[in-house]
Parts: sequence; C-alpha cells; structure tokens
Amino acid sequence: MIPTHYYLVLSAILFGLGVVAFIFRRNIITIFMSIELMLNAVNLAFVAFSQAWNRLDGQVFVLFVIVVAAAEAAVGLGIIILIQRNRQSLNVERVDLLKL
Amino acid sequence: MPILDNLWIIPLLPLLGSAINGLFGGKWPNKIVNYVAIGATGLSFACALEAVREFSQLSPQQIPFVKQFFTWIAAGTFRAGFDLQIDQLTVVMLLVVTGVGLLIHIYSTGYLAHEGGYYRFFSYLNLFMFFMLILVLAANYVLLFVGWEGVGLSSYLLIGFYFLKKSASDAGKKAFIVNRIGDFGFMLGMFLLFRTFHTLDFNALFNSVAQQNSATEPWGQFGTFTVACLLLFMGACGKSAQLPLYVWLPDAMEGPTPVSALIHAATMVTAGVYVVARSHILFTHSETALVVVAIVGCATACFAATIGLVQTDIKRVLAYSTVSQLGYMFLACGVGAFSAGIFHLMTHAFFKALLFLAAGSVIHAMGGEQDMRKMGGLSKHIKYTYMTMLTATLAIAGIPPLAGFFSKDSILLSAFNKEGGHPLYAFGLLTALLTSFYMFRLIFLTFYGKPRYDEHHVHVHESPWSMLGPLVILAVLSIIGGWLAAPALWGGTDYFTNFLAPVFGSHEAVEAISEAAAHQLEIILAVVAVVAALLGFGVAYWLYSKPTGKPEQIAKSMKPVYNTLLNKYYVDELYAAVIVKPLMWVSRQIFWQAVDVTVIDGTVNGVASTLTVIGDGVRHTQSGNTRSYAVWVVVGAIVIIAVVFFWPEARTVVGRVQGLHLPTLTKMVRP
Repeated sequence: MIPTHYYLVLSAILFGLGVVAFIFRRNIITIFMSIELMLNAVNLAFVAFSQAWNRLDGQVFVLFVIVVAAAEAAVGLGIIILIQRNRQSLNVERVDLLKL
Repeated sequence: MPILDNLWIIPLLPLLGSAINGLFGGKWPNKIVNYVAIGATGLSFACALEAVREFSQLSPQQIPFVKQFFTWIAAGTFRAGFDLQIDQLTVVMLLVVTGVGLLIHIYSTGYLAHEGGYYRFFSYLNLFMFFMLILVLAANYVLLFVGWEGVGLSSYLLIGFYFLKKSASDAGKKAFIVNRIGDFGFMLGMFLLFRTFHTLDFNALFNSVAQQNSATEPWGQFGTFTVACLLLFMGACGKSAQLPLYVWLPDAMEGPTPVSALIHAATMVTAGVYVVARSHILFTHSETALVVVAIVGCATACFAATIGLVQTDIKRVLAYSTVSQLGYMFLACGVGAFSAGIFHLMTHAFFKALLFLAAGSVIHAMGGEQDMRKMGGLSKHIKYTYMTMLTATLAIAGIPPLAGFFSKDSILLSAFNKEGGHPLYAFGLLTALLTSFYMFRLIFLTFYGKPRYDEHHVHVHESPWSMLGPLVILAVLSIIGGWLAAPALWGGTDYFTNFLAPVFGSHEAVEAISEAAAHQLEIILAVVAVVAALLGFGVAYWLYSKPTGKPEQIAKSMKPVYNTLLNKYYVDELYAAVIVKPLMWVSRQIFWQAVDVTVIDGTVNGVASTLTVIGDGVRHTQSGNTRSYAVWVVVGAIVIIAVVFFWPEARTVVGRVQGLHLPTLTKMVRP
C-alpha cells in the first residue's frame, strides 16, 4: 500500500503549483484554473486522510467541495464573460476600479 | 382653617399666572395679560390676608404653624421637605411681599403699557412673586434656598429685560455672578449646620440649639456658630447688597423701574435681612458674627450714603439709598434688635417702593430721561407724583411722624444702648444726615428751580391713574406704617415689637437701664435724629433750592473727594483690576488657550489626525491590483499555519476561536 504521506506530498505540490499560478498569471481564466487545481489538491488530501483513518468524513467532504467548485465555476465564468464584454480583455490588472 | 391647611396655594397662584402668561400671553392683548397677572397676585394677596386672619386665631402653642406637604429630598437621615411655615415674622414678610407686589403689578400695567415684551415682563414678575413667597414661607433652609436662588433668577431675567441693550444684559450677569459668590457661602453654611445638628428644619434646628444650652461663643472664638453664621451672612451680603458684594445693585437699575421698586428695593434685597432675622438664634450664639453683621451694616450704610450724595441719575441715587438703608437693617440685627430691623424692612418697603415708583413716574413724564441735571421745576406739571414722592422723602429722611422716623429711631436707639455701640450710633446718625441731604437734593433738583430740559421737545405729562393709585396707597402706608411703634415714644407699648416677640422673644438685646431713664434717652435720641434730618434738609435747601452755582464751587474746591465719590470710590475699577481681569486672564490664557485648546481639543484632534496618518499609509495596500490581493491571502494563510505549527500556546487560542480541537488535528497530520 502506498503510504499516506506520498499523497500528502503530491497534494502539497499541486497546491503549491496552484498558488504560484494564482499569483503570477494574468489571464483570469488561468487564475480560475489554478483555483480549481488548489481545490483538487485539497480533495486529494481529504481522500488520503479518509483512507488512512478509515473514516468516511473526508470523502463526504470532497463531495461538498466538488459541488461548491461547480457552483463557483458557474458564477465565476459568468463574471469572466462580463469582464470580457466590458473590457475586451481578460487581463486582471485592468480590473482595478476599486483602487483608491 | 382652609388657607392655613393649604398654604401652598399662596405661592402657587403667581406660579400659575407666570406659566399662563409665559406660555400663551404672547398672542393675547395686554388686557388679558393684566387680568392673569394681577388676578394671580391679587388672589395671592387675598389668600395671604385670610391666612393671617386664621393665623391670628391660633393659640401660642401652635405657632410657628408648620405644614409638611411632601418630602422633596430624602437621603439617609437627611430630609428636605416641601414644608411651609407661618409665624409672626412670616406674616410681616408675607403681607409686605404680596401687598407691595400687588401694588407694583398694578403700577406696571401703566408704566409698561407701550413697551414690547409685555407678557414676558409679567410672566417674570409673577415668577418672582412665586419664589419670594417660597422664600418667606419655607420651613427649612433647603426650601428657603430654592426661593433664594429663584428670586436671583427672576432678578437676573428682569434686570436684563431690555436684553438688546448691552449694559442691561451685562448688569443682569453681574447681579447673578455677584450673588453666586454669596450663595457659595450660604450653601457652605447650610452644610455646616446639617453636619452639626443633623437637620435643616427651622423648628428642629432652633429647638435643638435652644435646648442644648450651647454656650455663646465670645468675641474672637471661631466655633460652629460663628463660622456658620458668617457663612450665612456671606449669602445675605450678596443678596442684600452689603459690602463688599453690593456692586451689583446700582447696576441693576438697568431694569424697568417697577422691577427696581419691587425686587431691588422692597422685597428681594431684604431677603438677606430676613435670613439673618430668621436665624437669630444662631446669630445670638456668636458674639463675633453679631459684631461683624453690625459693622458691615453700619459701614455699608455710611459708605453707600456718601456715594449717593453726588449721583446724578435719579434711579442711582435711590439705588445707593437702598444699599444704605439695607445697611441700617443689618446694623439693627447686629446689635440684637431684630424686630427693629424687620420693622425698618417693612417701612423701607413702603417708602422705597414709593420712591422708585414715583421716580418711574417722573421718568415716564420726562419721556425716558433719568438725569436729574436735565429736569427741574416738575412740581407744577406732575402734582400727584410730586406730593407722593415728597411724602416718601420725608419718610426716609426720618421726619416725624412718618414711618421712617420710627423705624430709624428704634435702630439708632438699639445701637446706642448696645455695649460699645456708640461708634455705630454715631455713624448711623451721620448716615441719617446724609440720607436726608441726598433725598432732598433729589427733590430740589427734580421738582424745583427752572426747567433744564428742552420744553419744546419734552412734553411733561402726569401718569395715568393705574400708576398714581399705587403711589397714593404707598404714600398713605409711608405715613401711617410707623405708628405701630409710635406709642413707645411716650412710654407705651411698641405694637410691632410685641407682635414679633414670640419669634425673637428673649433673644432681643436686653436693656439694662431703668424704665424712666430709658424713656428719657429715647426722647433725646429722637430729637437728635430729627435735628440731623433737618440739618440735611437745610444743607440741601441752601445748595440746591435755587441755581446758585454753589454745588459746583464746592465740587471744584474738593475735587479729589468729589471725583472719588462720583466714581463710587473706584470700587468697580478695583474689582475689575483685582478680581475680574486676573480671572479673565486665567480663563483666557490658561483654561481656554492652554487647557481647552491645547489639551482637550488637542487630544481629540490628535486622535483624528493620527488615524488619518495611519489610514494614509495603509490605503496604499488597496492598490486595485488583484494579484497583490492574492499574495496577501497567501501570506496570511502561511502566517496562520506557521503560528499554529510553531507556537504551541497559540493553538489553544486559535482552536477556541475556530471551535476545533487542534491537538487532535495536528496528531492527524503527524501520525
């Protein structure tokens, strides 16, 4: 059996990649994808713990996360389309109306 | 006894009148305001008469008649109730206040007929009546103090009645502030009395003083009685315009003349005398306090009379005369002749109110002129005013058989009989001479000689009967008011002293000389007093009956003296330099510029500007750059994780906040 910490390391690497992409990319869709990546890294950790402790809580939680991610994707993509329409661009740095 | 059991109705009526006129009078014609104001005062006077009638049927054991209506303040053993009482002293004050008050209300309807703020004036005047009646009816010091402060308030409002005139509103403030100084002492006196005797009810307090047989504190010993009396006397000095707190009264003449007559001559300013007389049991227990009262009274009497010699404003002469006569009353109290002081209070209320009202009639006739140098020869034009004013002048000068002669005579006699009182007597006699002089000077300047006003512009006219009526009634009272004490002169009973005897009783000064010698002395002193009065009249006649230029020559030859008197001994200037200016400086430079602006405003503004500076720095983090926000989110997450992992104590805190059990959680991560 593959030890739990293998999964955890993989999860951490995925999460880290997600964070890096979240910070350094400018395209909103890419940022969106990096968020999905982080969510799934967390899902992986949940599943790993669930298996390690032999309990179902983690797996149930994963289902919740997937549902939230789906809802978030629906709203988020709607916002992205509006931004594209208004700005003719997907560059986040041009979304700065709240600046002081 | 319908009224005695409902004594509250006497002060309540003017309060109602004041409220009704104050709330609705503005929209009513003067006539209805008159009905309300005079109706309230008149009913109050009628109730007072009925109360006195019922009072006269009480048996001596029931006097003083005290009625407790409700408890106003109760704290621990302290009780201050809305308790009213009536005894012989109250009867005198009650009749003077309501009677003279009613006459002056009637007079005012004529005097102020063409003035603005008519309802306001009567509302204030009724309010004054209410507080004054509370003052004289109160059965404890606390309730008395309510009236005491209330009359001060009404006085302030009425002095500043013409509040658009700067000098009038300043005079109002001056009166109020000077009175505060005295009130400060009065309150301290009350506190001391409560601490010592555990009550402020007149009856209980005076009985416990009398029963304890407390030793009289000799001259120079500052025990409880002395200190308490001196503090009370400080309040009396403020209210009754005695040295050194008299300065507000002459300025108070800025108010309408009926106000000067009612408040600043007949009633309110005598409140100090009333308090001293009311507390006579305390005062007789302290030699020092009595001597201080006598000396202050005597000094004030003489001092104010000298200022009155050279004043040219008709009302100011009368104002200084009032200060001087109040000094007489205190002199009487100080030598232990309380009933003589109260007697003079009563007669003074008659003739001084009359003098002021007549002066108001003169001012009315002259179209507002108050300077006697611009009058003259008025006796032909305003006969009734002249006659009544002359009556009052004769009364105040002490010409028999008018009221002032008897009251002044009994005061001088008491001063003479007092051990070591001869200097007091001498100064009192001098004051009598000066009084006679400046009053006849006033008469000659105003009513005799050639007119010194512009006869084409000033249309001298007699006042309406609403004004003359009160003058005539007061003139009659000024004539007969003194006869209550008259029989004493030919060896009979002094009705007034007898009437007040249950109040002052054995505390009156005991005359150690034999009856016959006393009587002979009394006659001699009366003759001396009359001679002094006639002398004053003679000098005034010699100087002022014809325009001879003699007064100017004398003024020139004694320029320093004349200027000092004309400028009222520079007392106002002295107070301004010694007290007002330093106080203003401290207020302006320290309390305002340093404390208020720097410390208080500085703190508030400092907090605000600190926050502005912080905000200015922090606002740059809101750059609008979405990616930098992302960085902050990540940094925050990392910090929390770092804290949870590397700082064990924080785990419990964070755990509690989040509702998690962190040790289990960490165990899960690190199996």
